[in-house]
Amino acid sequence: MLDALTLLTGVAALLLAAWCGFAAYRDQPTKDWHFIGMAVVTALALIQLVVGIVQLARGQDPEQGTTIFVAYLLGAFACIPAAGFMSLAERTKWGSITVSAGAVVLAVLEVRLYDIWGG
Amino acid sequence: MTAVEEKRTRLISGPGMLLVWLYGVMVVGAVSRSAYQIATDFDRAPLAYSLSAVAGLVYGFITYTLVRGGETARKAALYCCAAELAGVLVVGTWTLLDPSAFPDATVWSDYGMGYLFIPVLLPLSAVYWLRRAGSVRP
Repeated sequence: MLDALTLLTGVAALLLAAWCGFAAYRDQPTKDWHFIGMAVVTALALIQLVVGIVQLARGQDPEQGTTIFVAYLLGAFACIPAAGFMSLAERTKWGSITVSAGAVVLAVLEVRLYDIWGG
Repeated sequence: MTAVEEKRTRLISGPGMLLVWLYGVMVVGAVSRSAYQIATDFDRAPLAYSLSAVAGLVYGFITYTLVRGGETARKAALYCCAAELAGVLVVGTWTLLDPSAFPDATVWSDYGMGYLFIPVLLPLSAVYWLRRAGSVRP
């Protein structure tokens, strides 16, 4: 369950990165559709956070420690909203690049989460 | 007061915003990592964990100066980026020459390879951006 969700969130994050990267390539700021995309990816990260905590509550242990696992879950959840707000403040292509970079960071966090949980 | 704030060179417009984001990520990464390691397992690699904490502080200060803006902050950020670059290069070389001093990795180990080389690329792009922001006066 958690692995499938991690994979899904990671792929969604990469798609978002490509999409916002394309917007930057066309010299455009982030638009409503991009924010809907960010909301979808953030919702996935939120579901992942909830599922992760439920798994912990059911007594399953991450391989590399509970603290690190929860810290990464929280980081993954906060990642895209933070970048999204920054792109609201920067209405140029650089805002789009920032969201794109944020989505790449999220994808990296997902890979780490997979390792921390113990594959 | 407002007039003074308006006169400050804005450092977070355009590419500056991307820099703030990347520095912010490095702050969270370095500070939380070193805080966790120092709290749980400091004796295993005291040097590596302390260096990670220092890196986190430097990143935090640079992020603050970028967000604050203004000429003084710009200069302070420039010096810190130079220090950061020197830190990455020195610690990176040190980890390669004397791996035994580092039983565990720091943020700056192997020139920041574990962080996609962002630690070595970030100060270079930041110095470039800060110098340009200084030459363009509104």
